[in-house]
Amino acid sequence: MNEQMMKKNKKNSKKGFLFLGLVIVGFILTSILIPEKSPLILQTSFDYFKQMAMVFPAILILMGLFTVWVSKEFVMIHLGESSGIKGIAVAFFLGAIPTGPIFVAFPIAQALRKKGASYTNLVIFLSAWACIKIPQELVEMQFLGVNFMLARLLLTTVFITIMGVSINKLMNTEKEIEVKI
Amino acid sequence: MKTAISINGLVIVLLIISFIKDKKKTKKSLLIALKTLGKIAPSILSVILLIGLMYGLFSDKIALFFGQENGVIGFVTIALFGSVIHMPSLLAFPLAGSFLAEGASVSSVAAFITTLTMIGIVTLPLEIKTMGKKFAIYRNLFSFGIALIIAVLMGVIL
Repeated sequence: MNEQMMKKNKKNSKKGFLFLGLVIVGFILTSILIPEKSPLILQTSFDYFKQMAMVFPAILILMGLFTVWVSKEFVMIHLGESSGIKGIAVAFFLGAIPTGPIFVAFPIAQALRKKGASYTNLVIFLSAWACIKIPQELVEMQFLGVNFMLARLLLTTVFITIMGVSINKLMNTEKEIEVKI
Repeated sequence: MKTAISINGLVIVLLIISFIKDKKKTKKSLLIALKTLGKIAPSILSVILLIGLMYGLFSDKIALFFGQENGVIGFVTIALFGSVIHMPSLLAFPLAGSFLAEGASVSSVAAFITTLTMIGIVTLPLEIKTMGKKFAIYRNLFSFGIALIIAVLMGVIL
């Protein structure tokens, strides 16, 4: 069992490097074929790298501390299958705290899942992280108007919740089928 | 910048508290952090490079999509475009505002912003790696669906 998992892990990391290789090839090809686009591509990647580098080490350490100190029971009570509306509220709140780009959220969601958070709340956490950030709402209000911002905020909140519940059902029924087989 | 400083500050404080309370546990947590970094570093780098690539290649085409808005197809194209490209909201909102001012429909602007923020084709490899294939695909497909619904409703409301 353990060996199998290790093999799987190795295969997975190989895939990761393969993909990175492909992207780098794409990068090089574009800079040869469309050199005039290179500065903007490099600048954008560099900006995102900077944004990531400023928070990512801290987020990873936070995740490590979380894994060691926070008990499974605690997460299950507040974000687990039976956490209900309170769990949904916690997930929205955690997601909306201004932090960093969405790819920083994935390892956090992974740690939460290992501790027993429900798929409903993970979907809500990730989606809120992606599109309900307080500073982001202010910028939206400034450029698109109060009504636009409020309408979109309300609609996304409602639909993210519906999506979370639906995905949770889908993931869990599939699990049941697997168990039966 | 402020958020970065406060996050780092918070983590340093927590780390110190953790270290005072239990050295072993703290070491373990740092090891977990390091292991996770090793596992997802290639995916993170791919994501960052892809974001730059997509943005550099297609950012000047955005206005084009909004210019030739033709019904449902134009609307879905904008949503697809928003799903593929990735840009900071500080850039996206002014851009979207200018399209709105130039006469683009509320629905198409809402579709663009919602798919832009919620769906990440470029971050999909990382999402699959951390959350599993099923979850990642469900979340992105569902998000695309609700982004379209939200956009249509926005057009009706406003």
